[in-house]
Amino acid sequence: MALTTKHLEMTLETQVESVNLAEEMCLRVAEAAGFGEDDCYRIGMSVREGVINAFHYGNEERPEKKIHLAVDLTAEKMIIHVLDEGIGFKLADVPDPLAEENLLSTSGRGIFLMRAFMDEFDVVPGKTGGAEIVMSKKLPAPGSASPNGQSGQNATRKREA
Amino acid sequence: MSLHATHRDAGQVTVVDLSGKITLGDGSALLRKTIRGLLEDQRKKILLNLADVDYIDSSGIGELVSGFTAVKNQSGDLKLLHLTKKVKDLLQITKLYTVFDVFTDESAALRSFN
Repeated sequence: MALTTKHLEMTLETQVESVNLAEEMCLRVAEAAGFGEDDCYRIGMSVREGVINAFHYGNEERPEKKIHLAVDLTAEKMIIHVLDEGIGFKLADVPDPLAEENLLSTSGRGIFLMRAFMDEFDVVPGKTGGAEIVMSKKLPAPGSASPNGQSGQNATRKREA
Repeated sequence: MSLHATHRDAGQVTVVDLSGKITLGDGSALLRKTIRGLLEDQRKKILLNLADVDYIDSSGIGELVSGFTAVKNQSGDLKLLHLTKKVKDLLQITKLYTVFDVFTDESAALRSFN
């Protein structure tokens, strides 16, 4: 039976509290969708990093700007969009945090973590002119999550390099 | 739960017991304040006990690196003790596990400062 896509969106203030709010909201969706504990952690961390990116780099911590968060839950995956109102950026311009010269950098690991923790990740030009992070994780196979919420089949899937 | 920090002296080494989350905002700020305060008190051998830290984001990682660099710049040492699995995994995928001295035994960690 085909499932309909569920869509949820919210507009967040450019403030630190929005990071926790976004993470908590997406965690609830992920848990309800059947993700195990490990995947919920990865999804939550990725949402956190996406909103931190929008808060700090995109909107430059300017309170008059907004952060737009949207979640789509399809039959196959959970898709998360984080849109800022900044000037946008290209992934190719983001320094590699694993490069020797960047290892002791105090910032610049958020994009890397989102890429590592999600199945799909991209940054596209947003309708507001800012950057829109689009990332997704495949839903676990039915019945793969154990009752205690530990990782199921999906959590053991190979991570991106 | 936000971050909580207490510290105790073990000879020349200061052990900082942290619990909670090191994340953007109060958690990262408290870690920074704690390390900078110790450096101002000339406590330059610092062991961060992360046994009760179950969550660190990129801001927290940045603060750990910032503290590590600040201590090194004053000819001190900042080392890590009792990483939880999530924190260890994070440091490994960011290649920082090889940058920090990491210990699973406090006595061994304290001896390593000599």
